[in-house]
Amino acid sequence: MLVHDTAVLFGRYVRQTLRSPFQIFFGALMPLLYLFFFGPLLTGLPLGRAGDSWQVLVPGLLLQLGLFGASFAGFAVIMEKNWGVLERMRVTPVSRLALLLGRTLRDAALFLFQAVLLVLAALLMGLRAPLAGILIGFGFVALLTFSLASLSYVLALRLPSPQEFGPAINTLAMPSMLLSGLMLPMALAPGWLDVLSHFMPFRYLVDAVRDAYVGHYATATMLYGVLAAAALTALAVTVGTRTFRGAQA
Amino acid sequence: MAIISTSGLSRTFRTKQGEVHAVRGIDLTVRAGEILGFLGPNGAGKSTTLRMLSTLLPPTGGAATVCGHDLLRDPVAVRRKIGYVAQGGGVDPQETVRSELVVQGRLYGLSRTEAAARAAGLARDLDLTELLDRSTTALSGGQRRRLDLALGLTHRPALLFLDEPTTGLDPGSRAALWALVRRLRDEYGTTVVLTTHYLDEADALADRLVIIDGGVVAAEGSPAALKAEHGADTLQDAFLAITGRGPAPVDTTPVAV
Repeated sequence: MLVHDTAVLFGRYVRQTLRSPFQIFFGALMPLLYLFFFGPLLTGLPLGRAGDSWQVLVPGLLLQLGLFGASFAGFAVIMEKNWGVLERMRVTPVSRLALLLGRTLRDAALFLFQAVLLVLAALLMGLRAPLAGILIGFGFVALLTFSLASLSYVLALRLPSPQEFGPAINTLAMPSMLLSGLMLPMALAPGWLDVLSHFMPFRYLVDAVRDAYVGHYATATMLYGVLAAAALTALAVTVGTRTFRGAQA
Repeated sequence: MAIISTSGLSRTFRTKQGEVHAVRGIDLTVRAGEILGFLGPNGAGKSTTLRMLSTLLPPTGGAATVCGHDLLRDPVAVRRKIGYVAQGGGVDPQETVRSELVVQGRLYGLSRTEAAARAAGLARDLDLTELLDRSTTALSGGQRRRLDLALGLTHRPALLFLDEPTTGLDPGSRAALWALVRRLRDEYGTTVVLTTHYLDEADALADRLVIIDGGVVAAEGSPAALKAEHGADTLQDAFLAITGRGPAPVDTTPVAV
């Protein structure tokens, strides 16, 4: 039942996405701009980590893609709520978890596609990384996107009006980006900022992907990254399912 | 045989201004195969009651059995047997009529082939066949309402909830929808529970009326019985006598897209 319902909803949302090439390609535009116009500035700079500047920047851009793209996914559910589509679905016997998974799996698939585009562009720019590391990076992007999209849906359903959603997401996403060291490793930060960044779960993900991009797989950093991603996913699914079951939706 | 039975059904909302008792212990029995009209002023508790009975809103008190299943303990079983058409509808403007109907059927467990066949059948019954491959944004208010109804009927429910089904429709579309509701009852034995602000609609369509005011049942009976009981010539006069005020002003804006 869960698999069937999720597949039906995933198919519906994928078809909607495929009808909107604008959404598919322009979502990847911001990280690509960073890649083209910011990446070359870092070449040759000491970044406090193993690997060259592309191996440091591209993992950050991948997670930036997930962070900003998935965080705003909630706008779609706000529209569905306003159209009455969500309520119509909640009266059917469809699994509440499927209501969440159908959407979030589409989001994860979309951002994975954009992540592949980004990595292909980075390879042309000079990125060299092991295939296993690149695949691990995609895995982290998928988990981050899945989790953040779920939490974005939760926030969208709980806020009283859509006008509050955008500013709320910006307020949450911007410090998340700065404190997780997406652009530059937090190893370059002063002590107090480095300490503060350890409270930001995305930091562990980006550090793990940077390790993967230099071929370091069996490290404590990788373990922390996996644990942070697993915790984030568990939290997102639990809270998300509860919200879709509840009256707020 | 009762298809809905409630006992002390209540719903209290907590707001910044304090508790709001929207529904205060409703006892209700709806017989299978009847058309029941819920009437009441704005904020009387009609839509809240409908939303509770359709599993969208958990009651904060009381109990209810819908289609033989406990509303609180087995909401999924209730959902399999009911249809619900919300006041504002529930059509996705990004989809076509056909895709909406097929996905709705799939959400009720129909196979792709069954869902496609059901969509075609419903389109035929509700005069939507020519519109099947049209975007839902291209539909008129009346056509969109028929699609809403079709979505609520995809799984052939025993019980259909209609929340203000004709609000914003022109007289011709209203009359067509009344005929559809009667046909559902007469041909398929579907029980229909509807809320409306139109007293002429309630008079013409409902076998029995329940008038809710202040979250409680203020009166119930057939339109004729209510008029007779209050010595009124029209349902409007009976409604005035029961609630002490006229019906809520009708929102004549078209159904939201």
